[in-house]
Order: sequence, then structure tokens, then C-alpha cells
Amino acid sequence: MPDVLQPPSPAVLPGTTPDERPARRTLLDQIARLEDELSQLFCSTWPRQGFDWSVRSHGGPRMLSLAELETLRDDLADRLGAARRALSDRTYVEEQHRMRIEEMLLEPEKHKWVRVSNEDIGEPGCKHWHVRPRWGVLGMLLSWWRVRISSGCPLAT
Amino acid sequence: MSAEPDLTAGWVDAELAEEFPDLGLAAVRVEARSGRSPFAVRDRLRELSDRFTGSKVVHMRQDPVPWAYRVFFRQVGVDPDSDRTPVERIAVERLEWGGLRSQNLLDDALVIATVETGVPVIAFDADTVGEHLGLRLSRPGEELGSGRPLSVRQIVVADEDRPLSVLFGEISEERGVTRRTRRMVLVALRVKGVPEISVEEALWTAADVLTENQ
Repeated sequence: MPDVLQPPSPAVLPGTTPDERPARRTLLDQIARLEDELSQLFCSTWPRQGFDWSVRSHGGPRMLSLAELETLRDDLADRLGAARRALSDRTYVEEQHRMRIEEMLLEPEKHKWVRVSNEDIGEPGCKHWHVRPRWGVLGMLLSWWRVRISSGCPLAT
Repeated sequence: MSAEPDLTAGWVDAELAEEFPDLGLAAVRVEARSGRSPFAVRDRLRELSDRFTGSKVVHMRQDPVPWAYRVFFRQVGVDPDSDRTPVERIAVERLEWGGLRSQNLLDDALVIATVETGVPVIAFDADTVGEHLGLRLSRPGEELGSGRPLSVRQIVVADEDRPLSVLFGEISEERGVTRRTRRMVLVALRVKGVPEISVEEALWTAADVLTENQ
């Protein structure tokens, strides 16, 4: 009797939904890690202003679905990336300002009336460096320039 | 210091416990009334205010306990930069007002406990809530008190029968502490990364402030 090939058995479909737990746990860990990095970055940026730290809320406190956890993770990663880029750009500009202060101190006559503040170099306080002529108009006419460094914030009234 | 009051551990719904294995609730019952804070409490608030400087508040989010609550806020869909964690909210208010303002004995006790430990504490009227408090998800059609609908799967503090408050949020009017309250139940939430001793200390601190100033 010739051998007859048995038809392949139909694919077995799972009777239950896949277990989401490992994926959820991974996402929760990722969210915790991203929040940690975001907090570190927030502290690094202080006292600079103008960074956006908000990440869309999901109407909590509640148990988020897997898709919502994924969206939250992606939003946090995007926010972290954007904040890092913004800080990198800001620190580059601040470095340029620091170099400019050095140049102002070395050759004030080449930086007439230039004013750089603490905020421009990412530092707290109201101190600023300002290239001004010595003795007013006479200094301007004779090109006697110097850097005046302010003593700090005005007293509160 | 008075004898340490008995702390009880609350229950956590199975689904929540599976998602957040370190989530926990602790409670303590105290015989106390609120009212105007005495000088000693207001003085303690003043001392605590001196701990906060702008730089400290900024770096607070990297301290282990406040950070743990920030992470939990994120994981349950709350943006801690919009809806601040309790200790951060107190710190920011301190900066805005130049001090920790005394409100009443209960609120002052909760602020002192939260600032000292970083762990948020809330209070209910012990005579209007059940014996066993815990955490669970809200059920379809459920309301907080009378007429405040809860969205589905919201995390709530509940007793055996009903939700008492939204986690870190609104407390049911009928279950909160009022002028008529004579016994309170203080509740603190523990999340991953917060040592149990911090939660216990938060409850003991709040209970001490309340009972020693009756």
C-alpha cells in the first residue's frame, strides 16, 4: 500500500491573549530610567531658563495601557533628546561669551560698549562685564576703554 | 515624645500589586482634632522653611525619595512638572511665599511630615471610613462621594465599600476631616525606592504633631 502523506495540521491559534507583563515591566523600567536622566539634565541646566520639560500627561493616576506606556516612553525620550540638544546649543553660546569676556579684558578698545552678563554665560546672579570709556567723552575721544564689572544684583526695595 | 502609635498595612488590589510590586499603603489611627496650630507647630514650620533654598528645590528631584514619587507619577500617567508631587509642591510654595504658611493643625502636621521625610500623608475622618483601607482601580460607573464620577481604572484609596480619594488627588467630601472630626486615620503611600522606615516615620511624625498639640 503506498504511503499517503498526511495533510499538515491547521495552525493552532492561541486561545489567550499574549502575556503583556514582561513588556509592561520593561516599559516601566525604561520610563523610570528616562525620568532619572531628565531629572539629572534639569539640574544641569539650572539656573538657565527657557527649557521645556513638560511631557504630556495621560489623565492619571491610573493604570496605563501598553500602547499608552509606549507613547509615554517615546515622549520622554523625545523630550530628553530635545532638552539635550538645547543645552548643548546653549553651552556652546555660553562658551563663546566666556571667550569674549577674556578678549574684552585683554583688548577693551576692540569691544567698545559690549556688555556680557552672568546669564549669558549660564551663571546665576546679576554680575555683568561692560566695556566703557574711562572718564566719559574724554575717554571716548582718546580711546581709553576699560571693562567695568558690576558688583551684583541691586538690593530689593 | 509620645509612644509610637500602631501602624497597619493596607491592602493592594492584585492587578495593581502585579504592576507595581513595591506599592504599599500604611495607616495609623489617632484621636485628634484639627484647629488653629499652636505656637510650637508654627515655629517648627518656620524652622523647616529655612531648609529650602532655590538650589535645594531644584536638586530635590534627584533625592531618592522625591525622585521615587516622580517616577511613580510618570508611570501612572501624571506629569510631575504640571501636577507636582506633594513634597515638591510644598517646596515651590515655600519659595513663592517666602515661608511655609500655617493653615491649621492637621494641614501643618501633614506638611511637617512630608517635608521631614519626603513621603506624602493624607488624612480621613476615621468615623466615616471602614476599618481596612487599601489601593485599587476604580470600577465602571463608580463615583467619589456623591456626584463626582471617576474615570475607569483610576487609582483610588478605598475602604471595603467605596473609594475615599483619588491617589494624590481629591478626597471625598464625606470622608475628609472636618470640624466635627474627633478621630482621624492618617495614610501614607509607599512606592518603589522608598524605604519602609521613611513611610513609618512620616506617619509617626504627623501623628505626634497632632496628638501632642491637642
